[in-house]
Amino acid sequence: MISETANAPAEARPSPIGDDNAEIVLEARQITKELGRGAGKVRALKGVNLSLRAGELTLLMGPSGSGKTTLLSILGCILTPTEGSLSVAGHSTAGLSPEQLADLRRQHIGFIFQSYNLFPTLTAEENVRVALDVRGKRGSQAVVVAQRALHRVGLRHKLKSYPGNMSGGEQQRVAVARALAGSPSVMLADEPTAALDSENGLAVMQLLSEIAKDKSRAVLAVTHDPRTVPFANRVLRIEDGIIVGEERRAEGIETIHELARNRKRKANA
Amino acid sequence: MTFTLAFRNLFHDRVRLTVTLVGILFSIVLVAIQLGLYLGARSMIISMIDRAHGDLWVMAYGTKNFEEAQPINVRDRYAALSTPGVADAIPIVASFTDWKKPTGGSTLVVVIGTDNEDRGLSPWNVTEGNVTGLGARDAVMIDKTYLEELGVKQVGDTAEVGASRVRVSGLTEGIRSFTVTPYVFTTISRARTLLDMPADKITYALVKLEPGADPQTVKAALQAKVPDSEVLTTAEFRTRSLNHWLFATGAGVALIGGAVLGLLVGTVIVAQTLYSSTKDHLNEFATLRALGSSSGYIHRVILMQAALSALLGYALGMSIAMAVVYLTENTALPIMMTPGLAALLLALTVGMCAISALSAIGKVMRIDPAMVFNR
Repeated sequence: MISETANAPAEARPSPIGDDNAEIVLEARQITKELGRGAGKVRALKGVNLSLRAGELTLLMGPSGSGKTTLLSILGCILTPTEGSLSVAGHSTAGLSPEQLADLRRQHIGFIFQSYNLFPTLTAEENVRVALDVRGKRGSQAVVVAQRALHRVGLRHKLKSYPGNMSGGEQQRVAVARALAGSPSVMLADEPTAALDSENGLAVMQLLSEIAKDKSRAVLAVTHDPRTVPFANRVLRIEDGIIVGEERRAEGIETIHELARNRKRKANA
Repeated sequence: MTFTLAFRNLFHDRVRLTVTLVGILFSIVLVAIQLGLYLGARSMIISMIDRAHGDLWVMAYGTKNFEEAQPINVRDRYAALSTPGVADAIPIVASFTDWKKPTGGSTLVVVIGTDNEDRGLSPWNVTEGNVTGLGARDAVMIDKTYLEELGVKQVGDTAEVGASRVRVSGLTEGIRSFTVTPYVFTTISRARTLLDMPADKITYALVKLEPGADPQTVKAALQAKVPDSEVLTTAEFRTRSLNHWLFATGAGVALIGGAVLGLLVGTVIVAQTLYSSTKDHLNEFATLRALGSSSGYIHRVILMQAALSALLGYALGMSIAMAVVYLTENTALPIMMTPGLAALLLALTVGMCAISALSAIGKVMRIDPAMVFNR
């Protein structure tokens, strides 16, 4: 089911999510972003409205150059919009300095990157601890939190491994643990499965969908990978800087095992 | 974690670390040698003035340093003795003359004549013989450093100064001259003979003040009594000598200039390597920024890298500098290392690395954190 109302004014369109009581942790209104200058100026985003509710995994899909990454950068307080407003965990970003935006990211946002962006000279545990360190969490408490996050992503046995000695899937799980360790209100993932094979990609999506079940957190993943759709509560489609469609997945989220079973069933049929 | 990150960033690329450390090491050794030479020179220039037990010096007008003084009339000494506040005025004779080597040839020396019982300016750091031995016939005392230059080997050897025979009665250690002209200590009467100086002439009257006497008041009173000579306090004479040798001759400027050059070269090398290391780790710094780290956090990582480089470079540089100091210890131009110079070098190294880190910090501050999405 594709809704054409996502770009309509907020009050005019129906709620895009199933659980209307869930807390809105991120809200973007009429976001416009112009990139470049002079003759090379491009409107990458043209009045995007978007809300992320806690407990949801939302996918943002669209072709290359549609504005996915630009929108993700704005939602993650890395870029500032040319026009429009953004609120993260109840905090408006209007007029914030780069340092204040960094503070907002530190407090409320976790990132997962396509290329993992791990520190190659640090172990898995240290990579997670860096994210805690920038939040001022240090010492034995940070070690416990980092280890717990790595346990949660199934890397209990890789605490002392360096990224160079880990598979792409393991590295991405370290990145997930790093984002998770800071207990962010919003987790933003940029093409989290793009660099992974099918099995690892599905495992990472499974992980993200589980993380999204936390009622205090929303997860948004930018992707063009159709294999990720079954894991989402909601799919937003963006083209030419406009959200052109929204799909709510009422049937719920399939687990990796269900996916495998369904694939087998389809193949047999 | 800032330390861990800085440490790993630094040690991750061993080649770059080596280049950085060589840069710091080069800089420290160069600065240590230049400043060590400066200190050594300074110490040699003022050694006679500092070792003399006096408060005021009466000397020929316009005397620029200890060695190059014209004689004054001994009446000036008596004038000093009759000045209120003066406890004693010790005559000293000092001048250049030729030392004829027993092996042939001659060399310039500075003969210093002073009587030990006056307790004005006696040889110090005596390693062989003793100062009272200067009372013996023909006795002179020289420094071990100049044995070869003076063509003698040991106590008891003889040579000729002027038309007189002298015999080495004792040796000192570390009494060296900035002009590399050996000092020859003897009694005042023998010095007059060796220098062919009349009995009514002296080079200096070293004035000791009575306890509680104000040096400036006594100086003014004494100056009024000896209008053809000049009266300086020990501090003034020291400053004048230093100014002459280190700055009027340009020797000190060259040494300090060399040290500044060393610092500049070191700073450029360290800045270049730190900048290139930061550039290599730019994506990691962008990730840190995206994770929400403050500017201060990133500054700390870079400054920590600079500080680690500084400490490692300092330790290596000082080891080499100390070896050089040791090797020059008994030469005519010793390089000095004092705790103060060591501390100064540490401060300079840390400062140099901190300044070097500024370019790297500037680079990081211009990062667009959005680059983390573009890899």
